[in-house]
Amino acid sequence: MFADLFAYFYQFADVFAFLVLSAAGLAVIFGMMGIINMAHGEFIMCGAYATTFAYHAGLPLPLAQACGVVAAGLIGIVLEATLIRPLYSRPLDSLLVTWGLGLIATQGTLIVLGSSMAGIGTPGGGFRLGGYGFSIYRMILFAAALCVLAFIYLLFKRTRFGIYARATMQNANMAQALGVRRNRIYALTFGIGAALAGLCGALYAPTMTLIPTMGATFIVEAFVTVVVGGANVLLGTAPAAVALAVTRTTLNGLYGQVFGQIGLLLAVVLIIRVLPEGFSGWLAKRAS
Amino acid sequence: MKRRSILTGAAALPLFSIVGRHSALGSDPIKIGLLEDISGDLAMMGLPKLHGSQLAVEEINGKGGVLGREIVLMHLDPQGDNARYQEFARRLLQRDKVDLLIGGITSASREAIRPIVDRSSVLYFYTNQYEGGVCDASMVSVGAVPEQQLSTLIPWMVERFGKRVYTVAADYNFGHLSAEWGRTILKPLNGEIVGEEFIPLGVSQFAQTIQNIQNAKPDWLYMLNVGAAQDSFFEQAAAAGLNLPMGSPIKIMLGFEHKRFPPPALNNMHAAANWFEELDTPAAVDFKKRWHAKFPNEPYINDMGYNAYVALYMFRMLAEGAKSIKRDEMRKVIDEGGACIDAPEGRICIDPKSQHTSHHMRLISVDAQHHVHIDKDFGVIQPYWLGQVGCDLTKRNDKEQYSPDHLPKAM
Repeated sequence: MFADLFAYFYQFADVFAFLVLSAAGLAVIFGMMGIINMAHGEFIMCGAYATTFAYHAGLPLPLAQACGVVAAGLIGIVLEATLIRPLYSRPLDSLLVTWGLGLIATQGTLIVLGSSMAGIGTPGGGFRLGGYGFSIYRMILFAAALCVLAFIYLLFKRTRFGIYARATMQNANMAQALGVRRNRIYALTFGIGAALAGLCGALYAPTMTLIPTMGATFIVEAFVTVVVGGANVLLGTAPAAVALAVTRTTLNGLYGQVFGQIGLLLAVVLIIRVLPEGFSGWLAKRAS
Repeated sequence: MKRRSILTGAAALPLFSIVGRHSALGSDPIKIGLLEDISGDLAMMGLPKLHGSQLAVEEINGKGGVLGREIVLMHLDPQGDNARYQEFARRLLQRDKVDLLIGGITSASREAIRPIVDRSSVLYFYTNQYEGGVCDASMVSVGAVPEQQLSTLIPWMVERFGKRVYTVAADYNFGHLSAEWGRTILKPLNGEIVGEEFIPLGVSQFAQTIQNIQNAKPDWLYMLNVGAAQDSFFEQAAAAGLNLPMGSPIKIMLGFEHKRFPPPALNNMHAAANWFEELDTPAAVDFKKRWHAKFPNEPYINDMGYNAYVALYMFRMLAEGAKSIKRDEMRKVIDEGGACIDAPEGRICIDPKSQHTSHHMRLISVDAQHHVHIDKDFGVIQPYWLGQVGCDLTKRNDKEQYSPDHLPKAM
């Protein structure tokens, strides 16, 4: 009995972690800046590739993963300053630019680094409970997802940077008049979003096949979580991930992965129909 | 993803290229249309196919071409998109008027272009192993089929590991038909399918599947997962300590997972193969040397790449036998029997009834260090199944794909 309960929880945690980690970067960039980052999957790929490179170069895995996060974050900051910044008032154009960047990144990686890359084995071993075997690393992923949620909340609610960032997003000119360095805030926020995407790639790199198009496997989950969560990252992402993870886990367990996938997408349709502004819009309305 | 396909379509246009050099060979070159994915999710497998074709073209032109004419490849990259397969097949057949068409990776892409090929007068070579059953006079199948790969592998697995089998398959025609083959072959062996799961393409997370498998307690796994994303299964299963024997018609020699994943993720995987890079007969060693001289960075010469190479030599044999590159003339050579070539795996022939190819099959396995072992040599196996159930292309052209649950109607 306990083993079965734990098995369900483990499956839930696994899906939850996947949703949160794949969506976090996208949610920050969309929620804070209003930019729909179509190159999100490629930032994830970048994090995974940088991690793998650093690991094969001899770094221990956690350090290698830090390299993946930093690499994606730095690239994000540079791209924001050069390509994204002129497009803040042109959301459709920014969508097109990030889309193009994603295509260039995928194809460039294919040409420069080849069609696949030797992976890293999953660390941490496993444990047995009842008739089931579990991977410890998957539990680490769950913990990481909770940490990411806490990090986003604390960063934007409890730090000076967070106040500046939220002020800038609400009224950039006013914030600037009050002495906030607007461009720096934009660059850092985009960088943090990119770094969170890189973190997703870094964390999943040891569990997946490394190919240039690997980012695409995260995209559906990332977008549905952000859409269901709504515009406010701080409020929406966690409940959205819980709701979708419960739906998917239950259907996966009862009817298999095909129905899990169908159920996930149906749930999205239903939730958006009932809560057009996602969980965060609904929660904000209740609070006010 | 829709957004991807729209833009990559535009990006594909300049990729059109004619591979091959002008030479002193007489008259117009023979144009060979080639559809292989060298970008997208299947690039990893498509690239060795392109290389195999390029190597064969270079060698054949160096030996005087086909019927004294130079051969040139016209390669297009459909990027794993079936709509683009159709568009490019039409372009090659109707606008560029190629004399031969080769290519396609997934069974879905093959079935997408086969009706287009059927309306042309061009012969089409499909160079992958596949789930078998295509009875179509326009198509020559070069790869291995279930009677060569599964009727060998599955009984061996049952004998060695046991009768309880769990199937993990990709959710499209290849996965479903291969799963059906598994059920059909297991039945007379009193084997039992204790679980069967179809996974949508692109899914990369398998915690639930792994748990279902642990619940069902099978003796071994019948793996029909396809694509890089689904290959993540192995790493995740190893991390969860699943450690069951596995058998598959597409792992090791096709996806070279034992080279891509760190050991022991592919430990205890078994497959029946007509070609794998570890094969070390003198002919194979010589072939590998030529390949690596031309493509020093090739991570692995997989069976698809090998089949793509062999296909062009088959074409040369048929054309020289028929003294023509017309489909119907070349098919007469197949009809007469004896359409054989000496390939790196040994002597292989095209079967007149089904236009499928005989192969020298070996059972290979991967150990915990990811070394490949040959566990059994089956010798040459004919592609007998289609002929047995009533497909006879020397008499009529069914243009149909059959399976154990979908047999030809009795005449």
